[in-house]
Amino acid sequence: MPYKRKDLLGIRELSAAEIEYILNTASSFKEINLRPIKKVPTLRGKTVIHVFYEPSTRTRMSFDVAAKRLSADTFSITTTTSSMVKGETFLDTVKNLEAMKPDVFVIRHSASGAVHRIAARTSAAVVNAGDGMHEHPSQALLDMLTVRDHKGRLEGLTVAIVGDIAHSRVARSNIWGLTKMGARVICCGPPTLLPTELDKMQVTVSYQVDEVIPEADVIMVLRLQQERMNQGLLPSLREYANCYGLNSRRLQKAKKDVLIMHPGPINRGVEMSPDVADGPYSVILEQVTNGVAVRMAILYLLVQGERQDTGIVG
Amino acid sequence: MNFILRQGRVIDSVQALDQIADIVVQDGCIAAMGPQLEIGAERFKGYEILDVSGKWVVPGLLDMHVHLREPGEEYKETIASGTRAAVAGGFTAVACMPNTQPVNDCSAVTEFIRKRAAEQGACHVYPVGAISKGLAGEVLAEFGDLRAAGAVAVSDDGRPVMNSQLMRRALEYARIFDLVVISHAEDLSLSHGGLMNEGPVATFHGLAGIPAAAEEVMVARDLLLAELTRGRLHLAHVSTAGSVRMIRQAKERGVAVTAETAPHYFTLTEDDVAGFNTLCKMNPPLRNAADVRAIRAGLADGTIDVVATDHAPHSILEKDTEFNLAANGIIGLESALPLILELVRGGVLTLLQAIAKISSNPAQILGVPGGTLRVGASADITVIDPDVTYVLDCETFESKSRNCPFHGREMQGRVSLTVVGGKTMFSRLR
Repeated sequence: MPYKRKDLLGIRELSAAEIEYILNTASSFKEINLRPIKKVPTLRGKTVIHVFYEPSTRTRMSFDVAAKRLSADTFSITTTTSSMVKGETFLDTVKNLEAMKPDVFVIRHSASGAVHRIAARTSAAVVNAGDGMHEHPSQALLDMLTVRDHKGRLEGLTVAIVGDIAHSRVARSNIWGLTKMGARVICCGPPTLLPTELDKMQVTVSYQVDEVIPEADVIMVLRLQQERMNQGLLPSLREYANCYGLNSRRLQKAKKDVLIMHPGPINRGVEMSPDVADGPYSVILEQVTNGVAVRMAILYLLVQGERQDTGIVG
Repeated sequence: MNFILRQGRVIDSVQALDQIADIVVQDGCIAAMGPQLEIGAERFKGYEILDVSGKWVVPGLLDMHVHLREPGEEYKETIASGTRAAVAGGFTAVACMPNTQPVNDCSAVTEFIRKRAAEQGACHVYPVGAISKGLAGEVLAEFGDLRAAGAVAVSDDGRPVMNSQLMRRALEYARIFDLVVISHAEDLSLSHGGLMNEGPVATFHGLAGIPAAAEEVMVARDLLLAELTRGRLHLAHVSTAGSVRMIRQAKERGVAVTAETAPHYFTLTEDDVAGFNTLCKMNPPLRNAADVRAIRAGLADGTIDVVATDHAPHSILEKDTEFNLAANGIIGLESALPLILELVRGGVLTLLQAIAKISSNPAQILGVPGGTLRVGASADITVIDPDVTYVLDCETFESKSRNCPFHGREMQGRVSLTVVGGKTMFSRLR
């Protein structure tokens, strides 16, 4: 089933068939990134503008590499250097950019819902590169592609997401996607970092990572931010590393073919020990490679595909 | 302008009246009332006859919690536009909160508001003074000064009084002037960073939540302080089941507490925030279905004495923005009546109870006249067409602001006539 929406704003509103379609399209783009000449003319003459209200290295680079390899013209604005420091509203910033007739906006914002609001007000295609704690659809798609590549499927797998799920858009998008594709999701972390009534997202909740590890086919580890200590959610990084940090000792109880994943950036020694990050179970760098292919697929589908609706979540 | 309201269904909870009657308004007062007055009589010569058969005639409604935004934020609302919105909604009186700019923590601002209202207001305006100077929650405002200037209550509304010692002193000190202390019950440390009710909708949307406990912790505290001080406490915008439960228990123990809720807390839930709808962002936030049921039960059994709108005008600048930046609050004066009537049609309240919640109960709490159609009383009268159905159109509102989530909602029942001091201030008749 082809992708007909104007935008890609989140995983929650997508059907399993749409997710499947995007993953298949992404697979077909992978080999371009392995060629000596990493260029196809698919989006030649198209304009992609990255509007990043929040800092990012990985995601912005990834979208930029993806767009350029498809021959699109790309432009980037980060708000610290834009007129937003002069008090311009985010919507005004985007409307002004829209007046320059881009084909796609890739937008990241620190406020949940900010990208959906913009998407409803512009006729350009909008890709949500992360909005607050709400969704990060391209990350979830590349995560699912990585898992599918190794395990051959998503259905029936047990995926453990470990860490600060309350503040994580990566976790939310993955939960929507994985459950839709038939995986069993376990969310594990301290109660102070798990959102309320999380079970309503069709996941199992656990506070004990050692109980979860033996069951998991995939362990997705989330970054722990220093701020969480300042907010009184945790006593210390040390305690978190002791109770939830993934290290080789803990992984002794894991399945032999477990996949260890992380959206990056990693706090080595906190949520993950260096030997686990660099060890045989880790597919972290593969995630990054897959990210380019997934983002090429997203840009391609939004620009070439048939426009039907705004894809706004209701 | 003298006139007779003919053959309306007169409903007055204070006089336990519910009957068809004629009412004579003469020189700004209710001069006579009876089942079938001799309207052709000599003494009524020259009086305008208004046929209100099929309509309800009730004491002028009183909204004891509105924000008129003047002085300081006149672009959102003024005393003139806000009181026009009030009479369009059937209200003949409003009590306005002190979180203006400057704050109403002294006689100068109270007098300004009363003067403005006398010159430009369409209905009675009763100022509520601040509990603490500047609403800073540090030292008491001069309650005596405020009372002498015309304040009818004190509140730091918009903000809680976080310091329990100060709240205690406020409840004690207010007793000198028989002022009711209106509490905005919110523990800021528990609500900190929260944008909507803590629950599954917040979780799905990646929005930090405000737990019911943020309100309930302070309701518990305020009830205990009211008990300690024997001061008069009124709890503003009650929104949770736990709050209702504690208020009920406190009343059973004899604590001098009264409580209000707003129409959105018995009509909408957190689900209405879905899609990051800033028109459903307010403080306290919209809660869950169980809370709504408890609010309705609290209204039915008298635990909640009053319905007040917390009319909070905001311009498009404050509402059409990212959810975390949007201001809290919605307007309510011009949508309250049909929403309250939904409770009557739904069997939650009898008509007498419903009218009392928006007329005699708030009047009694604030110690202001109103709430009855007794002969001799000032002619503050609201006439309601209970049957008319329509689609609420916020673009036709008198309010300067449009932040209303009920735009487009099918409603039944609306104001036909609003009479303030014998003068027709709003009419849909003929």
